[in-house]
Amino acid sequence: MSSIDVAIVGGGLVGCSAALFLRQRGASVVLLERGVCGSQASGVNYGGVRQQGRHLAELPLARRSRGIWAQLKELVGADCEFIASGHLKLARSEREMEDLENYAREARTYGLTLDLMDARALGKQFPWLGAGLAGGSYSPEDGQANPRLVAPAFAKTAKAAGADIREGVEVLEAGFDGCLFELRLSDGTTVRARRLINAAGAWGSCLAGQFGEAVPEDVMAPNMCVTDPIPYFLVPNLGVCGGDIYVRQIPRGNVIFGGGVGIANRDALRAHPLPDITETAVRLAVALVPRLKTALLIRTWSGIEGVLPDALPVIGPSATTPGLIHAFGFAGHGFQLAPAVGAVLCELALDGATPTPIDHFTIKRFAAKPAAAPGSGNVNKKERLCA
Amino acid sequence: MAPRVVIIGAGPAGARAAEVLVGARHRPIVIDEAAASGGQIYRRPPSSLARAYEKLYGFEAQRAHRLHDAFDALKTRVDYWPNSTVWNIRGRRLDVITASGSTNLNWDRLILATGAMDRVIAFPGWTLPGVFTLGGAQTALKSQACAVGERVVFLGTGPLLYLTAFQYAKAGVQVQAVLDTASASGKRKALPGLVSGGRTFLKGLYYLAWLTAHGIRVVSGVTPIRAESGADSALAALVWRDGRGHEQRTACDALAFGFGLKSETQLADLCGASFSFDAGQRQWLPVQDADGRAGVDGVYLAGDGAGIGGAAAAELSGARAAHALLRDLGRRDSATHLTRINRRLRGFERFRKALDERAFPFPAGLASEAADDLMICRCEGVTAGELRNAAHTDGARDINRVKALTRLGMGRCQGRVCGAGAAEILAKTLAVPIEEVGRLRGQAPIKPLPLSHFISEVAA
Repeated sequence: MSSIDVAIVGGGLVGCSAALFLRQRGASVVLLERGVCGSQASGVNYGGVRQQGRHLAELPLARRSRGIWAQLKELVGADCEFIASGHLKLARSEREMEDLENYAREARTYGLTLDLMDARALGKQFPWLGAGLAGGSYSPEDGQANPRLVAPAFAKTAKAAGADIREGVEVLEAGFDGCLFELRLSDGTTVRARRLINAAGAWGSCLAGQFGEAVPEDVMAPNMCVTDPIPYFLVPNLGVCGGDIYVRQIPRGNVIFGGGVGIANRDALRAHPLPDITETAVRLAVALVPRLKTALLIRTWSGIEGVLPDALPVIGPSATTPGLIHAFGFAGHGFQLAPAVGAVLCELALDGATPTPIDHFTIKRFAAKPAAAPGSGNVNKKERLCA
Repeated sequence: MAPRVVIIGAGPAGARAAEVLVGARHRPIVIDEAAASGGQIYRRPPSSLARAYEKLYGFEAQRAHRLHDAFDALKTRVDYWPNSTVWNIRGRRLDVITASGSTNLNWDRLILATGAMDRVIAFPGWTLPGVFTLGGAQTALKSQACAVGERVVFLGTGPLLYLTAFQYAKAGVQVQAVLDTASASGKRKALPGLVSGGRTFLKGLYYLAWLTAHGIRVVSGVTPIRAESGADSALAALVWRDGRGHEQRTACDALAFGFGLKSETQLADLCGASFSFDAGQRQWLPVQDADGRAGVDGVYLAGDGAGIGGAAAAELSGARAAHALLRDLGRRDSATHLTRINRRLRGFERFRKALDERAFPFPAGLASEAADDLMICRCEGVTAGELRNAAHTDGARDINRVKALTRLGMGRCQGRVCGAGAAEILAKTLAVPIEEVGRLRGQAPIKPLPLSHFISEVAA
């Protein structure tokens, strides 16, 4: 049986962008997705493309990703509605304003310039903001995109470039014989590959577990809401210190907002918003932007995000299995990062190293307690690998 | 303590369900979107526009009267929530928007009597000012005592086409034409089955004979080509093709159209009911057992929301759902009622089948052959071409993937209007049976809700 260079498990934005970058460098790629590409968290997230407010360790990746977002049209043939409409993070107390000031100082060392605004300046530039704001921090480079379009666009381009994108196929069992990875699939076939990328999102820890790497990955379901179109006025993507509400408007008029979490069912592959959370989000959104009061809520939804205890992702080589590379657990803030993560995964798979600092995200930070003998036993007896 | 029973909907099914439950000494909560009971078919006008029952409901005056009276008589024995929309169901909890704000309540047993709405097919000009659905046109007349226009064309298929045209003509409106997409030969073939409808069938014949006798043009086997606007960009005419292929133009200032009804199933979906495709009605319906149990513990289905059967059948299935509920609570005589009701409901089945499958079949071809530039989803402005492109270029094989890629069905109506036609286009594009493209999933809120409704919350 022939083997390929790289197998990717997971057709989210991370997996799809890795597939495209790998093909650009000529590697043979199989991507395995049990649903359709971009149908889980990558496709149903808020759609914020934001560097501001990230953990500083994520900023190098975020900076790199921002460069890729700017090139989206050239890269995948569509801008996926990406616009650099700005990101405005708001402080509701003096103390929060101090936090924003400190963050802006530190972010500058990573090349991210943020404009601090006091309450007066805010009121002048964004007169539609509600009362009770101490100030804000504006990031002109940040913005938003349509999440439903991005992963499919990467998948389509990767496919056109020769990647073998297999949708509707589940990985039942994964193992490593010391030389090749072997993946047994739900369609009865087997894939063998020299490298394996674990981009399985909220199910990433399940795949890691197959290789004796226990990771305490939990799941959560961001509670999302959208209104009918209203006249376009809310240009910057809005966030607040503490993150209990975030709001953006797309030029066609719909206002998308979120805050709090619904219910994630990892086994059923489904997530649900919760009405109480929706009501709280509505109140917070209207407090932030009173003009929203007259809009109509037309839909709520959620998706399943993997979350590790420190709310940072796992990105980098496996601690147990050479050739296995992880990128999962993005905790609801992976959308902006994903294109750069794909590029980094490509480098790790083909070069064994990446110029982008990712040490902070090593899987080793979770005390390695082998769940099973690495790569040998295929101990998972369950019908479904990641359920 | 008695279990808390909630009925959603106070049309024929919901009202009869409430009546049976009250008879068994329960005190159900009845939640209804309308200001008064009766549902769509027996909708009551506001008191300032009250008219005689005969004027409002014609042949159905007695039935309407009986249903209204039956429900009104329950008023002190049910908790009645008019003007209230259940916008979400999650587990045993209902979220409701009432006139005074948002609230929620828990249920032990739930009867869904959510009714139906017009089934729409897009055709050129369908979004022009002056174009209404049949149900919309009928509601304007019944509830608001106003007509949608002065010279009205009625287009589509199904019993409502003839009934609405008849009601408009009786009200003194100039009916320009009644144009049925179903063929005359199909109606002839349906005759044996239709006759089983008895009185209902005779009423249908009467409407037709009355319209013809009053010189109103009634044509079968037509194909709509386009609704045209005049100088003021409002509707001026309908251009259509007759059964022999001749193009015709009928001037009008309003057009009422519809292609049968579709069940309102979003709440059943949010409840977690399973769905199966009903080939005869050509729609996805919540699965139910012979007595209307939804297969979700404690949930019962009744009326047109569980499959189109008409008002008389809805009254029966409403009573049936209540008896099934009582039986599940241990009441013995409910079994006898269930047997009796099911026997009567079987009588409707042959008639219904003849209506749906022969006399007034859904013109799937008209839906699926929409030109590429025709707007299918009017909320989001998605054309048939974009829909086909999502299948051809982006590999969408399922209507929910089309939704994700194009926004079709993501607007105010959440696909309730465009969903049926869009599925036909996708199935034809992929050359697969309609059921293979799936169905748009229900998501809360099932109707658009002003954000302001959440700001002033009433105590639960």
